[in-house]
Amino acid sequence: MFRMFKKLFRSVREYKKESLFAPFFMIGEVAMECLIPLFTARLINSIQTGSDMREIMHYAWILIGMALLSMTCGMLSGWFAATASAGFSKNLRHDLYDRVKDFSFANIDDFSSSSLVTRLTTDVANVQMAYMMVIRIAVRAPMMLIFSIIMAVNLGGNLAFTFVAVIPILGCGLLMIARKALPVFRAVFKKYDKLNESVEENVRGMRVVKSFVREDYEKQKFAIAAGNVRKDFTKAEKILAFNNPLMLFAIDFCMLVIPFFAARLIVSSGGSSMMIGNLSSLMTYSMQILISLMMLSMIFVMFTFSIESARRITEVIDTESTIKNPENPVTEVKDGSIDFENVDFKYSEGAQKFALSDINLHIASGQTVGIIGGTGSSKTTLIQLIPRLYDVTDGTVRVGGIDVRDYDLKTLRHEVSVVLQKNVLFSGTIKDNVRWGKEDATDEEIYEACRLAQADEYIQSFPDKYDKYIEQGGANVSGGQKQRLCIARALIAKPKILILDDSTSAVDTKTDALIRKAFAEEIPDTTKIIIAQRVASVEDADMIIVMDNGTISDTGTHEELLERSPIYREVYESQTKGGEEDA
Amino acid sequence: MPEKKMPGAKKGTFRRLIKLLFADYKWQFLIVCICLIVNGVSNVMPAVLLKNITDIIETGLSLGNGAWLVVRPQVIRLVAIMGTVLLFGLTAALVKGLTMATVTQGFLDKMRNRMFDKMQDLPIKYFDANGHGDIMSHYTNDIDTLRQLISETVPQMVQSSVILLALVFVMLYYSINMMLIVFLGIILMVVITKTIGGRSARYFVKRQQSLGKLEAYVEELMNGQKVVKVFNHEEKSMEEFDVYNEKLFLDTQNAGRFGNIMGPMVMNVGNLLYVLVAITGGLMITEGLHNWSLGGLLNGTFGAVISVSVIVSFLNICKQFTGNVNNIAQQFSSVVMALAGAGRIFELMDEEPEKDDGNVTLVNAKRDENGELSECSEHTGLWAWKHPHGDGTLTYTELKGDVRLFNVDFAYEEGKPVLHDITLWAEPGQKIAFVGATGAGKTTITNLINRFYDIEDGKIRYDGININKIKKPDLRRSLGIVLQDVNLFTGTVMDNIRYGKLDATDEECIEAAKLANAHDFITRLPEGYDTMLSSNGSNLSQGQRQLISIARAAVADPPVMILDEATSSIDTRTEALVQKGMDSLMKGRTVFVIAHRLSTVRDSDAIMVLDHGRIIERGNHEDLVAQKGAYYQLYTGAFELE
Repeated sequence: MFRMFKKLFRSVREYKKESLFAPFFMIGEVAMECLIPLFTARLINSIQTGSDMREIMHYAWILIGMALLSMTCGMLSGWFAATASAGFSKNLRHDLYDRVKDFSFANIDDFSSSSLVTRLTTDVANVQMAYMMVIRIAVRAPMMLIFSIIMAVNLGGNLAFTFVAVIPILGCGLLMIARKALPVFRAVFKKYDKLNESVEENVRGMRVVKSFVREDYEKQKFAIAAGNVRKDFTKAEKILAFNNPLMLFAIDFCMLVIPFFAARLIVSSGGSSMMIGNLSSLMTYSMQILISLMMLSMIFVMFTFSIESARRITEVIDTESTIKNPENPVTEVKDGSIDFENVDFKYSEGAQKFALSDINLHIASGQTVGIIGGTGSSKTTLIQLIPRLYDVTDGTVRVGGIDVRDYDLKTLRHEVSVVLQKNVLFSGTIKDNVRWGKEDATDEEIYEACRLAQADEYIQSFPDKYDKYIEQGGANVSGGQKQRLCIARALIAKPKILILDDSTSAVDTKTDALIRKAFAEEIPDTTKIIIAQRVASVEDADMIIVMDNGTISDTGTHEELLERSPIYREVYESQTKGGEEDA
Repeated sequence: MPEKKMPGAKKGTFRRLIKLLFADYKWQFLIVCICLIVNGVSNVMPAVLLKNITDIIETGLSLGNGAWLVVRPQVIRLVAIMGTVLLFGLTAALVKGLTMATVTQGFLDKMRNRMFDKMQDLPIKYFDANGHGDIMSHYTNDIDTLRQLISETVPQMVQSSVILLALVFVMLYYSINMMLIVFLGIILMVVITKTIGGRSARYFVKRQQSLGKLEAYVEELMNGQKVVKVFNHEEKSMEEFDVYNEKLFLDTQNAGRFGNIMGPMVMNVGNLLYVLVAITGGLMITEGLHNWSLGGLLNGTFGAVISVSVIVSFLNICKQFTGNVNNIAQQFSSVVMALAGAGRIFELMDEEPEKDDGNVTLVNAKRDENGELSECSEHTGLWAWKHPHGDGTLTYTELKGDVRLFNVDFAYEEGKPVLHDITLWAEPGQKIAFVGATGAGKTTITNLINRFYDIEDGKIRYDGININKIKKPDLRRSLGIVLQDVNLFTGTVMDNIRYGKLDATDEECIEAAKLANAHDFITRLPEGYDTMLSSNGSNLSQGQRQLISIARAAVADPPVMILDEATSSIDTRTEALVQKGMDSLMKGRTVFVIAHRLSTVRDSDAIMVLDHGRIIERGNHEDLVAQKGAYYQLYTGAFELE
């Protein structure tokens, strides 16, 4: 746990100054707060003994000075603490994102992206709160406790021993309540998260719920789950409900015992060993002592809650990306040739099934290669190994004759451009989106790439043309338009290898053919790999790979495969049957 | 007090909340109120005790030697009385705490259920118009702020207000002159609370907004993580992230700053006030000024010189007063945030629910010897529409699956028509296909048939019945839908298939899975049908999820099916397999198919080609190809589809 905090505190960085100032001024504030009752006691005593106004004013000025000093210290402490904690959380978010952005897909799958978002937001907010507490309250409470006890002993002498009786009772009680309540809370928070997850499922699947007329079923299901959460929360809160009365008991005890003995002491000593002002201030100190204890127990509870968040954050920070740049990386890709040598691959170590097994393949630079295969035949998996989105489990993948693991990641991914199946556009103009491929691309280059991808024509039909704003996820362009933009985005980088993963499925056959024609004519030297559902998209490739269940079932040209691959023939026939009759 | 001026919160929200709370928990509410008062009053006791004990001490001191024995009984009596009162206060605090735990969690549970029940009754339009994240935040953020409000903020404010009131009364009793001095300080505190607290609350709201923006950015980037990698966009996205992060930092910092400095300011104004009271008291004694007090009025010492005991207890009251004002001030931002949250919850609860004026219901039926239909309770495979008539008689019409649309117009938004003059019919057992570009209105037509949306003009007849007359649940039960976006629920594969028919046996579910050709892959899953699906079945491929959703529709065994791009994410080879299953499923049923892959729709009885909300061509595949119109162009690939 200690190491965990050390790691987290590394993110304080430029806010160290503020992080030190905050507790420093807090000590000042607490010192003043503890001195003030001492002087008010003197003030009251001088009123009681009928001293003249000069003496009263003397103490009054001291008190005013102290109040102003306390206010200044308090404000400064609060001011710095706000900056320190907000800054700390900013740096934490930065560091988290810095990690996450380099995560491999294996890493992201491990965490799930929604949990990463929660860690970046809710968990950081919890830690921020805890941090603010540490530099303020965690300094304030013990200081206050110590100062107040010293002052109480100083003022009340033996009467201060009342605290000796009360503090252990209160401390033990508070600790017991916290220890009993915490596990209950932890368990119920998990249930609560589950409940909210199920609501989310419902919101997303409302069409399904309504289509199957399951509204009442869902209501019942929810009522039961929510009822469980309520029961557990109530139980936990009832345990916490003893906190306040216990605290009151301690305060009340002091409030009754101290005046009684003080009265005895003052009266029987004839006012010589103690004065009324002391009694009044003694009561203030006892209040401060007990409140500090309460704060300490609160810190304890809050802290245990945020430890979970802290753990979740360090977990991310501790995770090294499974795909890292090698030392002395190769920074140039010679050509677009690709070799798979005895490649096996599975997504996680625990997976029983290999997603790819025994893949051997040679693709010469500049070739056009088609890949065909059923759902789950691992076509996408195969091509993701080329830009090293995943690392092989066994064997080697070589690009330009060199193991992909020896390349600088940037170089490799720059030269191997992939148009993904699950493709995404980002909010921004068309130009912004295409520039993802090449940050410093000129407008001319963008137009050129879009022309190649057959996107220029429809872009020209938009009122804003290339400045049209694309909404999140590309919601305001059609699927075919989106796919062509994604192709343009990949093309603009002028890669040595271009991979299209089912990227023209929504594009009409004519445009699809035009795109392929443009590829053949304009970028003949680029190695092109095309995964497709339509046989038409791959039939004139130099080589077609037929995938089946994670293995290469056959490779060859269209004619060869038609003759000898039953799978290929089946796909071909299912798509052309009838079509030919009509043609 | 600050709770009266809430920036950004709608008026009446607070009152409505309290009303709801009161309606559900009248007794508990009363108990809590009594407890708060008892506890509040007992909180003032130490000040009273101090005053009285000081009086006794003064008397004792004036008596000289052996005085303790004389005053001891008085002290014991005083301590005993006070002890009793404090014991009441203690009990009240405990009862309040326990009751509040029940009330808070019970009320939140009720609110959650109210929201959820309400949400289930809302039309699909609501879910289309509001982001899922926004709807979800009602259940998370808004409920959380509500919890804070009910369990902490309101009791704290009520408690502090009771104490303040009791203190005012005690002050009036002891010294009106001194009270005026205290009020001077209070005005200053209120001004501070209002300006500083108001600013803090404003920044808190801003902070929420910045947080939302950062979250949206991260979510978008997470979704496109692969694209980020493929294009080496990591550094750039870090820069963009930092811009959002910096804004969030500034708002958080400012909200924190103003929140943090308020406490020391209020408390130290309290300290200054303390000094002021002491000086005034001292002056009143040394100068022998008159003291006006209610206590004085009662025991005839009105206008007499103030006693030291009054000043001492006044000083303590002053401390307590400041503390409680500070308590209220600290609640400022949470009140603002909670009321905004409660307002959003009420907004959801005030949404118009889906209306259902239908009275025709769907029942199991059997045919007697004369061929007459009659209702029966067991499942016969034969269904009938049951019409109640005004005169109390009932008639039954067989459910056949004959769907007709006449001159239907529809618009999601006023002035932006999506469908124009759609007329089409599907006879029982026919397969009707819709093709056309995105936005042509294909899905919209199916949305109208199951009444996710209501038509603007024209009519829709189902087995000759106006669909507006059919009860919505019964209408929807007669229609099976498989959507492009598959939604599965947390639970086993079996649970998910059974969703189509809750009382289906395992055998029925497996049979349905076989029909959809899902059985093979399900048995290959680690735990077969008992495999747990989580987060919308993310452990399955898109195609596999679709197969399960088809099995789910199959087990429901509806007479009419709507397949909205149901096979789009299945490759053609698998689709052929699914198609076989679907064919047997579709036998004897009316089916509406939407597909962009023409192989899926080729064998339809009729194909409707939609363009900009109009049917531009209709006919079967051969007719349409022969026409050489839009369909022919689509078919030969001259058109782009999605």
